[in-house]
Amino acid sequence: MSAVTAPAPGKQAGKPVVSDRARAETRLGQRLVAPAIVLMLLVTAFPMLRALYLSTFDYALTAPDDRDFVGLSNYLTALTDGLFWRTTLITVLYMVVTVAIELVIGFAFAMVMHRVIFARGVIRTSILIPYGIITVVSGFAWQFAFSFQNGFINGWLPFVGDDFNWFGQTGSAVTAIMVSEIWKTTPFMSLLLLAGLAQVSEDMIEAAKVDGATWTQRLVKVILPNMRAAIMVAVLFRALDAYRIFDNIFVMTAGAVKTESISFLTYRQTIEQFQLGMGSALSVLLFLSVLVVAFLIVKLFRVDLAQARQES
Amino acid sequence: MKNRIGLIVGCILIMIWCLLPVAWIISLSFKSESAITNGSPGFFPSDGGGAGWANYQAVWDNEQFRRAIFNSIGISLIATLLSVIVATLAAYAIARLEFRGKKAVLTIALAIAMFPVVSLVGPLFDMWRAIGLYDTWPGLIIPYMSFTLPLAIWTLSAFFREIPWEMEQAAQVDGATSWQAFRKVIVPLAAPGVFTAAILTFFFAWNDFVFGISLTSTENARPIPASLSFFVGSDPFNRPASLLAAGAVIATVPIVVIVLIFQRKIVAGLTSGAVKG
Repeated sequence: MSAVTAPAPGKQAGKPVVSDRARAETRLGQRLVAPAIVLMLLVTAFPMLRALYLSTFDYALTAPDDRDFVGLSNYLTALTDGLFWRTTLITVLYMVVTVAIELVIGFAFAMVMHRVIFARGVIRTSILIPYGIITVVSGFAWQFAFSFQNGFINGWLPFVGDDFNWFGQTGSAVTAIMVSEIWKTTPFMSLLLLAGLAQVSEDMIEAAKVDGATWTQRLVKVILPNMRAAIMVAVLFRALDAYRIFDNIFVMTAGAVKTESISFLTYRQTIEQFQLGMGSALSVLLFLSVLVVAFLIVKLFRVDLAQARQES
Repeated sequence: MKNRIGLIVGCILIMIWCLLPVAWIISLSFKSESAITNGSPGFFPSDGGGAGWANYQAVWDNEQFRRAIFNSIGISLIATLLSVIVATLAAYAIARLEFRGKKAVLTIALAIAMFPVVSLVGPLFDMWRAIGLYDTWPGLIIPYMSFTLPLAIWTLSAFFREIPWEMEQAAQVDGATSWQAFRKVIVPLAAPGVFTAAILTFFFAWNDFVFGISLTSTENARPIPASLSFFVGSDPFNRPASLLAAGAVIATVPIVVIVLIFQRKIVAGLTSGAVKG
C-alpha cells in the first residue's frame, strides 16, 4: 500500500496542479480500502513472514524449549529428500490431468448450455449442485462409490473385478481422487467458459457459416480465439486451485499409497507431527511453487490478468 | 433435427453428471449399517438392507454433530456479514473513486485468491495458540474473512462499475438530500450485487476444510466438514458409511437449498467476478 499522500503532481493529463477535491478523493478511497487491506495482510503476509522466520529453526511443538537456529538446513533437508519431490510430482500430475479433462468436459457442457433453449433454468441449477457440495462430502461420496465393500463402481465397470480395491495402489487411488476432484469442479469451469462463449459474436459465427466453414473450422478459427481471455482465467484459477489439492486426499486415502500432495505433506509435518520448523520451510516452498505455477501459466497465455478481468 | 437430438443427449449427460453422486450418497444414507458392514455393493439399498430414517435420527442425536452444524452456521454467517461489509467499502472505492494504490489493492486481492491455504496453517496455528484464538470462533472467522475478501471485492467492484452513478446526482437535482439520493437510488441498485457476494462468501466459509481441521481441536469451534472427517463410529477401523452419508446429506441440504433458490444470482456473480471483458 502506498503512503497516504496526494497523487504525484501532473499525473492526470490536463491537471498539472492537484485539486483539493482529487486529494480528498484519494484520502477517502484509501480509507475505504484500508480495512480490507489490513485484514487480508494480517492473515497472509504476516504469517508468511513468520513462516519464513520459523523455517530457520529446528522447532517442534513437542519440545518448545529446544528451539535451535539452523539456518537453511530445513530447506536443504526438504529439497534433498525424495519425499518432497515425489509429492511435488504427484501434485503436478493432479493439476495437469484434472485441469485438462475439466477443460474439455467443461467446454462441451458450456456448448450445450449455450445452445439449449428448453429447460435452461433446470440445467443451470443442477450444474451448480456439485459446486455447492462440500468437497469433503464429495470425497466421501466417491470414496464409498469406489469401495469394493459397499460401492457400485466395480459392479458398473465391466473391466474390473468386483473385489478390486481402488485404494490399494497408487495408480487407481490417484484416479479415484481425480474423479472426485473433476466431478466437483467441472461445473465451475463450464460456467466460466459459458460466460466467455456468450461474448463471442453470433454474427461472426454466422458469417463463417455462410462462407462455408465447417463446424470444426468455426470452433478452431472463430470461437476459441475469441474466448482466449475466458479460457485463460478459467485455466489459471482451476490450475492454482488444483495445485492446492488437499480435502479429497485427506478424506479418500489420508495420503496412503503415495497419493500425498505437497499441501498434504505440509499439513502433516505441521499439524500432525508438530514440526513447526520443518513445516514452515515446506510452507514457504509450497508458496514459492504456487508462484512458479502462476507465472508459467500467465506466460503461457501471454495475457495481462488485471487487464483481462478489470478494465478491458 | 440432428442438432436437437444432440442437445437433448447433452442435457441428459449434464444432469447425470451433476446428480448421480448426489443420488448415490442419499441412497447410501438409507442403507442399514449391518448391510454395509456385510458388504452391500450396488447403487440402491438391497432388499431388507434399508434403514429408513434411522441413520438420520442417529446423526441428529449425536451431540458432537449437532454442535458442529451450529458452529458452521454461526461462524459462516458472521464471517459472511463482516466480510461483505468490508468488501463493499473497498469495492465502492475501487469502482467509484480515483485514488492512488487502487491497482495495488486489486493485485493484493488477486494474489491472496491464489494463495495456498495450507502454507498458512502452520504459522497461524502457532500464532493463534500464543494469543488464545486457537479453537475459538474468532480464530476461524478472521481467516475466513480475509480469504473471502478477494472474491467479494472482485465480484462487487465488477458489479458496482455497472451502476449508473449519475442517477444519484439526478435525484439530488430533483430535490433529494444526498443521503436520500444514496438510499433510494443507489442502495436498491447495489443490493443484488451485495447479496450475490454474500452467497459466494457463505459458500466459501461453509466449504472450508483446511482451517477447520487445523485451527480447532474440540467441539468448541469445529465446523461441519472437519467434524465429518473425524467422525468415527463404534469401530474406528471401519468408517460408518451410512451414518457418514446421512451426516453429509444434512450438511449439504442447506447449501443445495440456497443454490436452488438463488441460482441466477450465483451464476451472475461467479461469472462477472471472473470474466469481464
